Amino acid sequence: MKDFEYEQPQSLAEAVQLVQEHQGAARLLAGGTDLIDQVRMGRYQPDYVIDIKKIPELNVLEHSSEGLRIGAAVPCYKIYGDKEIVKQYSALTDSCTIIGGTQIQSRASVGGNLCNSGPAGDSIPSLIALDATCVIAGSQGERTVPVADFCTGPGKNVLKPGELLVELRFPARPAHSSSHFRRFIPRNEMDIAVVSVGASVVLDDKGETIVSARIALGAVGPKVINAVEAADALAGQPVNEDSIQKAAEIAISLATPITDMRGTKEYRLHLTGVLTKRVLLKAIERAKA
Amino acid sequence: MAKKRIVTAEVNGKTEEFLCQPRQTLSEVLRDVLNLTGTKEGCNNGNCGACTVIMDGMPVNSCLVLAVEADGSKIETIEGLAEGETLHPIQTSFLENAGLQCGICTPGLIMSVKTLLDSNPDPSEEEIRFYLAGNLCRCTGYDKVVRAVQDAASKCQSGS
Ligand SMILES: Cc1cc2nc3c(=O)[nH]c(=O)nc-3n(C[C@H](O)[C@H](O)[C@H](O)COP(=O)(O)OP(=O)(O)OC[C@H]3O[C@@H](n4cnc5c(N)ncnc54)[C@H](O)[C@@H]3O)c2cc1C
Ligand code: FES
Ligand code: FES
Repeated sequence: MKDFEYEQPQSLAEAVQLVQEHQGAARLLAGGTDLIDQVRMGRYQPDYVIDIKKIPELNVLEHSSEGLRIGAAVPCYKIYGDKEIVKQYSALTDSCTIIGGTQIQSRASVGGNLCNSGPAGDSIPSLIALDATCVIAGSQGERTVPVADFCTGPGKNVLKPGELLVELRFPARPAHSSSHFRRFIPRNEMDIAVVSVGASVVLDDKGETIVSARIALGAVGPKVINAVEAADALAGQPVNEDSIQKAAEIAISLATPITDMRGTKEYRLHLTGVLTKRVLLKAIERAKA
Repeated sequence: MAKKRIVTAEVNGKTEEFLCQPRQTLSEVLRDVLNLTGTKEGCNNGNCGACTVIMDGMPVNSCLVLAVEADGSKIETIEGLAEGETLHPIQTSFLENAGLQCGICTPGLIMSVKTLLDSNPDPSEEEIRFYLAGNLCRCTGYDKVVRAVQDAASKCQSGS
């Protein structure tokens, strides 16, 4: 592997200073499950690797009536190990339990998954469905960006040189709501999504009408797609096959997949419809339970 | 070249101090510096699990951990499992159930199984298969591995 210096800041201020100082020459290290191989293969050639796992702000894991806060370096196993998060933010824990295998989940963070900004990153559709916001720190202080606006293309995002992701914030979950994430892969585990869908629904108190929804589509575009039109078409509609079918058709119209070794464009469009339906049905089932 | 760092970690119950470069992975250092060659290197990119060790109680791919990250941590490798000449029940179960053929995947598999049984002493077959999805084996076809794990679970529970 390329030679580099290793820094392990103990505070956010120290980390911000280091990324400012080494702008362009530094790469941040959370779980390293993307980064270490990327450095080994030469995709990134940092002179400085800055390990952010010792920074208290990046290890926050807190839920309250205000919502949920997850530090950017918190590994997957801690997220799905929290029963309250499994119950309230189910789509996210669905994602965390399928990112890699057990060994990967011991290290891999949701922050790293998001900053890697892959179109098939398995946490991203769930973050969008659950309306998460990124808290970003830089020399000018903090700013916030909705996850839906964070990624700008494959491997690209709105982080400027000298900035880092601090935490993800999620609004509190309304009553009669739930969420789900699912991906299609040719085997049961350890593979990259051919298509993935995350969705969240809020029902009325009788469980008969959809009050609002959010839907996000993975691996069918240069970045995860926030399928606003498909979700909005569900608002005010009765909970039935017809409403879900319509939303799935709109989702297909929003997808812009390519053909590659994982699947053809046509196959991915078909899967987008199938998964959107299944994910909505499961989220609705959970919201009623 | 980046300066070498001094790293102190507890490896298999013993405090070890070693020198390494920031770019060296934990698997490299375990094998080449500490001479603990029981930990294997397969893919070197996180996919095969041959390099699995236990770090602060969690199974990790040591090819995706920098050795400098291990400073202050507790590492368990396959070398630490047996007590003297007495094999750990998981090792005995793998032998008795033919849970290995060439054996390259075995140290990693056994370390994963150790954390599985520590957290879930009586796993179902499905739980075993999902938990071990990050440990690839080209030889056994996995069925015998699963049987070995089931046997190890009952051995560990009965304390034999
Ligand atoms: C065998 C294997 C299987 C995998 N399976 C899956 C899978 O099923 N689904 C999936 O989505 N991914 C998968 N991955 C990819 C990877 O594990 C995930 O993307 C993981 O979530 C990355 O998190 P990390 O903490 O390891 O990130 P790191 O590797 O530490 O970082 C990822 C990138 O983000 C940057 N970064 C990290 N934190 C910050 C921050 N706070 N601010 C700014 N930049 C930051 C890093 O510099 C790096 O470029 C797999 C990887 C392997 C090796
Ligand atoms: S050598 Fe580490 S996972 Fe294959
Ligand atoms: S025994 Fe040969 S790879 Fe598993």
